Amino acid sequence: MLGDRTGSPGGASDVPLAPLPYQVRSVVRETPDTATVAVVPRGSRRIGPTRPGQFVMLYAFGIGESPIGVSDETDGVLYHTVRDAGRITHALTRLTPGDLLGVRGPYGHGWPMEAARGKDVVIVAGGLGLPPLRPALREILRDRDAYGRLEIVYGARTPKDLVYYAELQEWRRRADLRLQVTVDAAGRDWYGDVGVVTTRLPDARFDPERTVAFVCGPEIMMKFTAQALVGRGVPAESVWVSMERNMKCAIGLCGHCQFGPSFVCRDGPVLSYGELAPRLGVREL
Amino acid sequence: MANGAAVGDRSTLSRPNLPALFAAIRAAGYAIVAPTVRDGAIVYGPVERVEDLPIGWTDRQDGGTYRLVRRDDAAVFGYNLGPTSWKRFLFPPHERLWTAERKEGSFTVTPEPTDTTRWAFFGMRACELAALDVTDTVFLKGAVADPTYRARRSRILRVAVQCGQAARTCFCTSMGTGPAVTGGADLILTEILLPGPHRFLVEVGSPAGAEVVDRFAESLSPAGPDDDRLARETVERTAGSMVRRMDPTGLRDLMAENLDHPRWEIVANRCLSCTNCTLVCPTCFCSTQEEVPDLDVRSVERWRRWDSCFNLGFTELHGASVRKSGLSRYRQWLTHKLGTWHDQFGTSGCVGCGRCISWCPVGIDLTEEVAAIRAAPRSSGVEARGR
Ligand SMILES: Cc1cc2nc3c(=O)[nH]c(=O)nc-3n(C[C@H](O)[C@H](O)[C@H](O)COP(=O)(O)OP(=O)(O)OC[C@H]3O[C@@H](n4cnc5c(N)ncnc54)[C@H](O)[C@@H]3O)c2cc1C
Ligand code: SF4
Ligand code: SF4
Ligand code: FES
Repeated sequence: MLGDRTGSPGGASDVPLAPLPYQVRSVVRETPDTATVAVVPRGSRRIGPTRPGQFVMLYAFGIGESPIGVSDETDGVLYHTVRDAGRITHALTRLTPGDLLGVRGPYGHGWPMEAARGKDVVIVAGGLGLPPLRPALREILRDRDAYGRLEIVYGARTPKDLVYYAELQEWRRRADLRLQVTVDAAGRDWYGDVGVVTTRLPDARFDPERTVAFVCGPEIMMKFTAQALVGRGVPAESVWVSMERNMKCAIGLCGHCQFGPSFVCRDGPVLSYGELAPRLGVREL
Repeated sequence: MANGAAVGDRSTLSRPNLPALFAAIRAAGYAIVAPTVRDGAIVYGPVERVEDLPIGWTDRQDGGTYRLVRRDDAAVFGYNLGPTSWKRFLFPPHERLWTAERKEGSFTVTPEPTDTTRWAFFGMRACELAALDVTDTVFLKGAVADPTYRARRSRILRVAVQCGQAARTCFCTSMGTGPAVTGGADLILTEILLPGPHRFLVEVGSPAGAEVVDRFAESLSPAGPDDDRLARETVERTAGSMVRRMDPTGLRDLMAENLDHPRWEIVANRCLSCTNCTLVCPTCFCSTQEEVPDLDVRSVERWRRWDSCFNLGFTELHGASVRKSGLSRYRQWLTHKLGTWHDQFGTSGCVGCGRCISWCPVGIDLTEEVAAIRAAPRSSGVEARGR
């Protein structure tokens, strides 16, 4: 069942911790502090193919590296949606076409696509949790008949914080999926739903016993979402969350990303709620 | 020994002939790193001569205490462990991983040249061989092997010593790691002070050890049955004298089930988060990376430096730390060492060397902490889960 979750931990580099040179192809400003950066190899060497939910280490030359999810890979172009959250991500969101950066990876175990086949799929994203879910969503849409119902719930702080606006509109129009978008707070110019993502879950339609859920967002949001899904009868082992921890190496050697027995970089970032539930209840683990 | 030494061979080396062993190790192509006295402690460092060893010294250790004192004999190995461990020669505290240089609109990464030093670790204790096994598992048996550790590790010679005494902080018998050396060494020495002349029993542990022995066979004499017996008795005496104990049964579950035990609060009130325990521990492996650009950011160096789970910034996420409290950081350290290490690496992260007890400035003793938790375990703790 987990066969398709294996990564290629060494990446393409001979030195496990050395980035390969890439360059920026295009940049799309998603929100005031978030940009989607498309990158291609600068030279003949590239990282291996990525799977939905995996991440890479993006390297701002002379500044440092950050773990960043893959939000799409199409025709050899890697897309990363980055929020300016500090020194490194500030530099990454400031990149312009032609700029140089480094990439190593891909790392970790992503979404269990194989386990989702033939099942209803519920995708719940909070804030910048949507980008790492997008490749899973796209894979499902490419082979739509292989899956059951597709329910997407996406929550952001305000309407301004919604990413992939055009794509959301497109998904909204599709008949073969249902997308609910909600924001925590909005002005009068927002006619959509207001409230945290969990308030939209009762409306989602799925057959709990044959459902697989992919959840990504702030830890507290993932915990409450997972609890709500389990409350509706989805087995805890079928609810998958993508964990975030400080990471320095991404290959299981630096110790930073530990969450109880798991190295989030190597055993995750996507882990089953069935395994994590007891740990998510422990403060400061 | 016309046909050369074989694994398992035992011979006797007189104390005056000890320099011949040093010479043979050098002739086999190794540089020697060994215990030596520096700044009031016995540390591991490169040594030139037998006289550089802590001859006639011993250490007095206990919770928060380490003191060197003179022995009333000239024992060569009459002490136990100091603040250094062999780990630093395989996984240095600070090492450059690579250098990158901007070139024609791109950059090239040049890995640090492989360290080809062939170190002989002279005087490894049983618990330290066990620690080497642990770091081998961490650095070499995961999905990605650490290339610098692998390069250095592939070149070492392990010259072990069976302990003739235990420090008050030692608890290897509890952890099943010592004091007898039962494998994993190239040569195994046992110091025999009395009766008879000062000498060493030398046992060949591997073909690499046999090669060294062949180079100074003329300085060795066949081991008599007495020497075998005396060596065995030495180790038994050491084991019998061990004062600290830690019951290792079910430690993994004990840790997992007691994450909310009140004891963590008590120990956290004493803990200074100084990181000493992680620095002296022979198995702690956490590191961070540092980017060092030159002035015009044309070239940069990437360094790796030892880090510690006691540092507040270790778990930084979105401008705040996951483990803010001292409680959570001490708990992480101990539950990792004794608990989740089993899940991750199939072995305990603690080998019972006792260093963290001696070098804790306030004398926190993990064996006491475990005993306290075991004495009154939580029933409501987080359920232990298999993988
Ligand atoms: C698996 C994974 C996938 C991620 N995917 C994305 C993504 O697709 N888009 C995105 O914008 N962000 C993503 N993040 C978060 C991103 O890595 C952090 O925002 C970033 O590392 C912050 O670094 P900084 O220097 O900009 O911020 P600073 O706050 O200046 O960083 C300070 C220190 O904390 C560390 N740090 C801070 N926050 C994090 C964090 N969340 N994770 C790891 N280290 C952190 C940094 O490495 C640095 O050492 C992801 C994180 C993980 C673990
Ligand atoms: S813990 Fe055991 S093997 Fe290690 S120094 Fe002490 S007595 Fe020797
Ligand atoms: S935890 Fe303490 S006693 Fe155990 S191996 Fe580390 S330093 Fe030695
Ligand atoms: S990021 Fe280094 S061990 Fe996971």
